[in-house]
Amino acid sequence: MLRILCFVVATVASSMTFADVSAVYGFDDRSEEQRYQNLIAELRCPKCQNQNIADSNSPISKDMRNAVYQMMLEGASDQEIVDSLVGRFGEFVKYKPDLDSRTFMLWATPAIAVLGGLIVVVGIVVRSRRTGTAAPTLSAEEQARIDKMLAEKNRNGSA
Amino acid sequence: MYPELGQLALILALLLAVLLSVVPLVGSLTGRDNLQAFARPLTTGMFVFVGLAFAVLTHAFLTDDFSVAYVANNSNSMLPWYYKFSAVWGGHEGSLLLWILMLTGWTMAVAIFSRRLPSVMISQVLSVLGMISVGFMLFIVITSNPFDRLLPNVPADGADLNPLLQDFGLIVHPPMLYMGYVGFAVAFAFAIAALINGRLDAAWARWSRPWTTVAWAFLSIGIALGSWWAYYELGWGGWWFWDPVENASLLPWLSGTALMHSLAVTEKRGVFKSWTVLLAIVTFSLSLLGTFLVRSGVLTSVHAFASDPERGTFLLALLAITILASLMLYAFRAPVVHVRSRYGSLSREIFLLLNNVLLVSATLLVAVGTLYPLVLDFFELGKISIGEPFFNLTFSPLAVATGLLLGVGTFSRWKKTDGGWLARKLLWPLAVSVLISTAVMVAYGGFKPWAFLGVFTAVWVTTATFWDLWDKSSSKKGRVHGLKRQSRSYYGMVLGHLGLAITMAGATVVSNYGIERDVRMVPGDVATVGDYQFRFVDIGERRGQNFTAQYGSFDVMLDGKLVADLHPEKRQYAVGMSVMTEADIDAGLFRDIFVAVGERISDNAWAIRLQYKPLIRWLWLGALFMAAGGFLAISDRRYRIRERDVERSAAASPEQAGTQRTAGAIS
Amino acid sequence: MKRFLLFLPLLAAIIVGVVLFAGIGKDPTKLDSALIGKPVPAFSLRDLKQPETTLDEAVFRGEITLLNVWGTWCPSCRDEHDDLMWLAREKKVSIIGLNYKDNRDDALVWLDRLGDPYSKVIYDPKGTLGFDLGVYGAPETFVIDASGVVRYRHVGVVNGDVWERVLLPVINDARENG
Repeated sequence: MLRILCFVVATVASSMTFADVSAVYGFDDRSEEQRYQNLIAELRCPKCQNQNIADSNSPISKDMRNAVYQMMLEGASDQEIVDSLVGRFGEFVKYKPDLDSRTFMLWATPAIAVLGGLIVVVGIVVRSRRTGTAAPTLSAEEQARIDKMLAEKNRNGSA
Repeated sequence: MYPELGQLALILALLLAVLLSVVPLVGSLTGRDNLQAFARPLTTGMFVFVGLAFAVLTHAFLTDDFSVAYVANNSNSMLPWYYKFSAVWGGHEGSLLLWILMLTGWTMAVAIFSRRLPSVMISQVLSVLGMISVGFMLFIVITSNPFDRLLPNVPADGADLNPLLQDFGLIVHPPMLYMGYVGFAVAFAFAIAALINGRLDAAWARWSRPWTTVAWAFLSIGIALGSWWAYYELGWGGWWFWDPVENASLLPWLSGTALMHSLAVTEKRGVFKSWTVLLAIVTFSLSLLGTFLVRSGVLTSVHAFASDPERGTFLLALLAITILASLMLYAFRAPVVHVRSRYGSLSREIFLLLNNVLLVSATLLVAVGTLYPLVLDFFELGKISIGEPFFNLTFSPLAVATGLLLGVGTFSRWKKTDGGWLARKLLWPLAVSVLISTAVMVAYGGFKPWAFLGVFTAVWVTTATFWDLWDKSSSKKGRVHGLKRQSRSYYGMVLGHLGLAITMAGATVVSNYGIERDVRMVPGDVATVGDYQFRFVDIGERRGQNFTAQYGSFDVMLDGKLVADLHPEKRQYAVGMSVMTEADIDAGLFRDIFVAVGERISDNAWAIRLQYKPLIRWLWLGALFMAAGGFLAISDRRYRIRERDVERSAAASPEQAGTQRTAGAIS
Repeated sequence: MKRFLLFLPLLAAIIVGVVLFAGIGKDPTKLDSALIGKPVPAFSLRDLKQPETTLDEAVFRGEITLLNVWGTWCPSCRDEHDDLMWLAREKKVSIIGLNYKDNRDDALVWLDRLGDPYSKVIYDPKGTLGFDLGVYGAPETFVIDASGVVRYRHVGVVNGDVWERVLLPVINDARENG
């Protein structure tokens, strides 16, 4: 793959624009620049302590940013760019793992939790309907204590 | 000489903690008042000796006693005094000592403020807190002694505090965070005590509530401070990375939020007891899990302490004993009998239960997202990363759902709410919210589905909260009288919910409408970010107390007018030769302007990061609202129960263990 | 009867505990290579020692080879150099070097002074092959089998212990199943 040092790119690009400064990497338009920012924010630096390649200054992150930029110039899609880096550095560099048999539980857990919780709540409501009229929840002693406390509260509250 | 005294104090505190965890508990189980009476003096002694140890370590830092290994590793004579002070908790050993200081401080607070509780209950609560103290004191004394000496080869100077930690945020962030983490130990101890003596009742919920709320308030502040610190100090303008260590603090916060709400139901209606007590155990367990994740090195994080397998193993053993024992107790003692209570499908109980479903799902999501890489590694299925894009995608729907539910639930009543009435009630708030969120979309120039949902939710929560306040405060004696009549805990709830709305609005707007550019600039260049122009004026050098810095001067202009003059720096610290990026920020209620200097690209050209961050302050402002709400709620007068009521209710306790388990709440 | 449900949290905690226990002491920053089971990526780079010669992926065909990524800027590479010398001399291991993001003069002085354990050294000043191999920090050592397929990657210093415990079993396996 052709590789140009980033400052060469930047210098060439900046000499062509004069209204505004260029990005560190030159882009034709802002949407491409935004696409680049999004891509480098989703890729993990393999060398660092949990940083994306946008925020990391390590040499490998610079190389990876450069590779992303070069592939964008060659017209690669987001998927192709990510796949190419995963092919070299492994799944590890992707902050959003694909849905596959290994990661199924990862993606499914929140859905299972919400659905399971809803089923339990519906069960509680249905059962409370079936039991009919409101029966005392508490033992006699408990009820007495609660009443006393509530009475106390009301006295305080209105004072 | 002093450091040895500190160590001695720690060991004495440990001995007192051992006594505290045994004597009052035995007293409470055998009904011997004279043993129970030891609870408070032992607590005081333990707290005083830990305080003494902490004071000794602080003294060692302030006097540059580099014969103490921990001081030598985490301080330097060139540090300003306030960083020497905060360096006390800048490393593993000292921060653990701070953790223990907080724990004994909370124990002390329980001993002081619970004078009106039945003696059996208070003895058991203090004993349980004593047991936790024993575990952590053993941990510090055996594996992480902060008073170890470097004798006879005392270094001439210290290795310096990590420059990232030389910052105001790091003076205040850990103490607040630990106050929250450790504070949940109190709710945990109440839960364990209630399980031991079989008195899981409304009174238990009422006693736990203020402690849970205040711990939660501290944790909210602690998390917000951490996020704020990461934003301005890590140098790249992010405020939440979904890093394992950040997640570790979010986990007890989420389940603690669920606990606060379910405690409300248990207190008011005496139901969902088993669930509430489980949440109390889980919340503190998650605090412990966080402590383990940060200190064991099982996960990679930017914030973790240096890892040490021996400490990791010890800590895990400690966790295992605490958590497994409490869950075992739970499994055998929690009530399973179903309540024959009746609640309508739209009752406040059910809304709060749904709130719990969503919050617990969010807790599970964050837990699974944080631990999943470990699980895959365990089965040797490869290494994966789970970060921001995953959590943004999965967490946002839960947050939105929670907010929408909150708005509806605000109007609900205990036991039963009429569906038609509720629907009519919601109509106007709904219309107002749609209108306002549309206006916000227009103002920020562009409709984005997730931005709309987030803003709508925030506005919806705000509208519903104020609408409810308006309804409740209507009074024949006038509005002011009506507003005064509301309890402090109600206003606490109002503040808390408004805080949530503010944080949500901030998070949504800054992530959807923030602008971030990495540009190459030479002095004289002008760059545009949104409506703002940034002029790179020049680059200069300056010397700080323990670093040299290159700084850029930037004029920020809006419509040709100068709005800010910013000086971001690249600092080179003399000791350790580390380089730090110090961003400069023009902060505002509605937007931040952020400039950071990156690497030098060529002779006079620099990579510059420019950012426009709308509403980013709202993230932390919301957290302050939430915390203020928490503090306001616990000042409510109903938590000050009169002594004789409690004494009278305590008199009913002998049969309690038996009756409780049959008449208990739903599972 | 419903009580067994109350044991679920306990069960969950035990499972999490086991996973956490297994995680202690493992280094979460050590990554397996993404190229395991795949051939060495195509390249065409100069030989460090003979600047006129061009090397390509064919140099890995024929025998099991260690590919050692190094540079004179890398302090750990200095640490493992004597062990590499020992491997080449005593164990008759074929080692190909990848001089990564370095300059030729420095690299030649280094080999001249410290000895040369490499049968060939690929000169990769811009780090292109290193990038294609997924190198994220030197030193790294790849085990490549006789048909030029990557079998293993070790991140960090190679020494006698790593050789015995990690590399040799992989090489033996490659020999038997090659």
